Amino acid sequence: MKFSRKILAATALFAAMAMGMPLAAQAKTLVYCSEGSPEGFDPALYTAGTTFDASSKAVYNRLLQFKPGTTELENALAESYDVSDDGLEYTFHLRPGVKFHTTDYFTPTREMNADDVIFSFERQWKEDNPYFSYVEGASWEYFNGMSMPDLLESIEKVDDMTVKFTLTRAEAPFLANLGMDFANILSKEYADKLAEAGNEADLNQKPVGTGPFQFVAYQPDAVIRYKANPDYFRGKQPIDDLVFAITTDTSVRQQKLKAGECQVMPYPNPADIESLKGDDSLQVMEQEGLNVGYLAYNTKMEPFDKPEVRKALNMAINKQAILDVVFQGAGEAAKNPIPPTMWSYDEATEDDAYDPEKAKQMLADAGVENLSMKVWAMPVARPYNPNARRMAELIQEDFSKIGVDVEIVSYEWGEYLERSKAEDRDGAVLLGWTGDNGDPDNFLAVLLGCDAVGGSNRAQWCNEEFNDLITKAKSGTQEERAELYKQAQEVFKREAPWATIAHSVTVMPMSKNVTGYKQDPLGGHAFEGVDITE
Amino acid sequence: MLRFFLHRLGLLIPTFIGVSIVTFAFIRLIPGDPILMLAGERGMSAERYAELRSLYGYDKPLIVQYFDYAWSALQGDLGTSVVTKRPVIEEFFTLFPATIELAFVAIIIAVAVGIPLGVLAAVKRGSWLDQGLMGVALIGYSMPIFWWGLLLIILFSGILQWTPVSGRISLLYFFPQVTGFMLIDSLLSGQEGAFKSALSHLILPAIVLATIPLAVIARQTRSAMLEVLGEDYVRTARAKGMPPRRVIGLHALRNALIPVITTIGLQVGVLLAGAILTETIFSWPGIGKWMVDSVFKRDYAVVQGGLLLIAGIVMIVNLLVDVAYGLVNPRIRH
Amino acid sequence: MVHVEAQESDAHTKPAGEVTVWSIRRQRALEFWHYFSRNKGAVIGLIVFVAIVLIAIFAPLIAPYNPAAQDRGALLLPPFWQEGGSTAYLLGTDAVGRDLLSRLIYGARFSLFVGLFVVTLSVSVGVIVGLIAGWFGGWIDTAIMRVMDVILAFPSLLLALVLVAILGPGLVNAMIAIALILQPHFVRLTRGSVLAEKRREYVTSAEVAGASALRLMFVTILPNCLAPLIVQGTLAFSNAILDAAALGFLGMGAQPPTPEWGTMLAEAREFILRAWWVVTFPGLAILTTVLAINLMGDGLRDALDPKLRES
Repeated sequence: MKFSRKILAATALFAAMAMGMPLAAQAKTLVYCSEGSPEGFDPALYTAGTTFDASSKAVYNRLLQFKPGTTELENALAESYDVSDDGLEYTFHLRPGVKFHTTDYFTPTREMNADDVIFSFERQWKEDNPYFSYVEGASWEYFNGMSMPDLLESIEKVDDMTVKFTLTRAEAPFLANLGMDFANILSKEYADKLAEAGNEADLNQKPVGTGPFQFVAYQPDAVIRYKANPDYFRGKQPIDDLVFAITTDTSVRQQKLKAGECQVMPYPNPADIESLKGDDSLQVMEQEGLNVGYLAYNTKMEPFDKPEVRKALNMAINKQAILDVVFQGAGEAAKNPIPPTMWSYDEATEDDAYDPEKAKQMLADAGVENLSMKVWAMPVARPYNPNARRMAELIQEDFSKIGVDVEIVSYEWGEYLERSKAEDRDGAVLLGWTGDNGDPDNFLAVLLGCDAVGGSNRAQWCNEEFNDLITKAKSGTQEERAELYKQAQEVFKREAPWATIAHSVTVMPMSKNVTGYKQDPLGGHAFEGVDITE
Repeated sequence: MLRFFLHRLGLLIPTFIGVSIVTFAFIRLIPGDPILMLAGERGMSAERYAELRSLYGYDKPLIVQYFDYAWSALQGDLGTSVVTKRPVIEEFFTLFPATIELAFVAIIIAVAVGIPLGVLAAVKRGSWLDQGLMGVALIGYSMPIFWWGLLLIILFSGILQWTPVSGRISLLYFFPQVTGFMLIDSLLSGQEGAFKSALSHLILPAIVLATIPLAVIARQTRSAMLEVLGEDYVRTARAKGMPPRRVIGLHALRNALIPVITTIGLQVGVLLAGAILTETIFSWPGIGKWMVDSVFKRDYAVVQGGLLLIAGIVMIVNLLVDVAYGLVNPRIRH
Repeated sequence: MVHVEAQESDAHTKPAGEVTVWSIRRQRALEFWHYFSRNKGAVIGLIVFVAIVLIAIFAPLIAPYNPAAQDRGALLLPPFWQEGGSTAYLLGTDAVGRDLLSRLIYGARFSLFVGLFVVTLSVSVGVIVGLIAGWFGGWIDTAIMRVMDVILAFPSLLLALVLVAILGPGLVNAMIAIALILQPHFVRLTRGSVLAEKRREYVTSAEVAGASALRLMFVTILPNCLAPLIVQGTLAFSNAILDAAALGFLGMGAQPPTPEWGTMLAEAREFILRAWWVVTFPGLAILTTVLAINLMGDGLRDALDPKLRES
């Protein structure tokens, strides 16, 4: 009897499959309408958030990770770490018993150890590593972008479960770098196996990690499938299957969410947020993004070399109108060069009030008449500026009210970035920045430091007082550093090299029955700990 | 016949070399540097920039770059996408079936609807039916299809909720890709409802893509039919008392179809151009959308390789149409 | 086909012949109108087209608002007949509160200009190149025709898209790109006609009479190829409008805030579910214009092509 029951069950299962029910009919599946195809599955090769969502956030872990929903670091694959007194040596004690994914293309024979950690970094660092250029054009953008080659002296294996990083100089933001998406820990065993078979490129197509989800299949421009990692070191995820339905068109994404074809979507149309909030079957989460959108004057050019002229122009900009029209409510006026979710943000700063009359007067006092200027509008939408063209039109109108004539110019994106760096650039530039690792240094030094003039310091602004403060803040405890950064923000506000325009508010609409989702201030989308209630 | 074929093929070679030079030159002329785009707001140092330029081979003289390109293209290597770092040819063939499937269904719709309408209009020449049909055909021919697609989405996906918004099949269905054609794969999978799902995803984009070819075919069929219907042998057949249905079916249509078939062949280029818009609107994962995306991402290698492949396909199809026409109509060979 | 040049050279020898030329021209115009007006669709098309031309010319007088003026108190207002609409904005407003009707009216200028510019450029270049190819033959002909083959090997919109990416997005560059992809048709057409006409008696006799190559090409042969060129030109006109709108839609044509219809559609796309009017009206404007031109084109073909006239 028992035997035939088994057959019955098997037949039923087969029938269920044939009836078109997905294999795991009872399985909990979360569908995420993602905004684009990942470039690949080895995040260290790329810089796009879309790629990180599909690879490092789902499949991999790092030694340290940002606590979900914050920019605070917590231990992940490292169980603990020690820092030497001179701040040059970081020793990481690895978490024992962490298993890599068992998939139909790889079965690990050992657990994660120091070899994996060293491999994961050396492949981006050492030219003699067989994986240094394992795909054509591999360039390790972030590893280089965060100056890791200059910063790292050596990475040594102390024992199987201990790794020591030695730095060339004391640099407090180093730990935050390790939480970034390029710092994932990959399986050396898997890489070796691929190299043996001559399939190195598969490392970028069929990822094997330690993360909460393991890779199942990918169809370009259509869908990525994952299933929960049964051996995850923090326990198996509440959902069984995770599906990324790649939907590039925003209105389509929205329609799919409303039709229940997916449960979570990123980047809704600002215009539709109100209607999404009104939908009973949806919940809408909001959080300020870790970014800033600004208008950078060229402080080396007349008459913008005068702080009072810059200040006057700042006062002519109607930020509220920009928030309403360009951000359609999904933004917040910016008063500081760093976003409010970042530590050391100076709450006390007072923003320049919108006052065209006074602005006109200040211009006159400064002896500026019949000013005409160029405003550069980016050709692409970024989180910190969803429509630069529209923003420029509004600024044009605002400035015309104080008698300043504005010509809007734009270039193709790569050229825009390049040309706007020039120290003799004509005009003020609309641009912005999204934080990489949650450290204020990543904003203030990169965007406003003297070293960055002619580069990412688009205001070409080199102020000794400011620069001393941020240089001093490169080391010390977080409290000491925060105090220095606050002073730097005061100098910034007084000198006004930028008009700080806005910080975006990231909006995530999702179905009501999704629980446990935490918005990432760094802009990623991770589904660890997410559940669907019935 | 063979000589005719070889002659046409011979013409193809200089054209193809021309196409390769043009695609190569285009991409070098596009302003905007993919390396700088890669770095984004972060930017990079001058040394790093030089390093990357040599990594991608952009620092060599143009002529060397061209011969490198041509030589590897002959070996089937069209380079590596700057964005995804996957071989261009591999990306092309992953996405191409989706475009073929869409174009194939569209051309079937265009032919299956266009020819009968054209015949009907020709037979009822001058009637209100003729005028109405040709009026509709001209509207179809004048249609901005990107707008037409949006209207259909608003109506069928938005208001009526009959069809899904985008994609090739519901995510509920998961089966291996055997042929790459969703309609066939869904049947092979044996999963009930999969085929229906694939079809419902396909139908709107196929209709949008079919619109212009359908109008062209209907108009072409009508005028070809009118011409044939006026010819002597048809008149003779009529005079002999052959039933009109047989006259139309047997004599007229068969002869009228020759130019129509050429027209259908020439629609391949039109379909590929239309696929750019249709795939963009419906998020259809095919090569049209791939090309548009790559142009925007400044993915040099993809735009270059994709253009070359697409032009190659159009040229080969045109050659086949020419040859087929030559087979049917020996006069043309000389 | 009557050979105009033959008549004109008569006129030089016989002063009294001028009257004949005049009356023949008049007669031909009448004949043309007779056939053209027999096609009711063509007449409707002509009326609509003339109306659009007038709207474009007098846009500043007709449009209730400046197309760039933003009313921040009236964002995405529906057309007046719908609830929430206002008669102040007959067809409603867009996302930044610009009057849709005014933008559509000004948009007619861009579309007609695109058509005119593209046709002028592609016809003039195409005809000259075609004449050269057909007249000189030999390797010049072969080289020119191979280049045309290369252009025609690409799907037109794709080629235009890449060209605009090279030249930089914008209306002028879009027009140049479209003219380039359309001109091979004129080259082929002209060359075909030249080859056919070159052996005709009137050309040979003019050549014998010592006419220069230039005169032969432009004054003797060209007028006799005009009919198919005009038909093809109308087709190019409507294609140019469609392609420019498509490029605008893809973000590569006219750049916002230009009230070009395709660009307006692209900007409106994000409101597809919320504000049907911003999506519907620009497309309708494109369709109407293109349809009117194509209707006229059909009429022109009927009137100019004697072969089709009889059928």
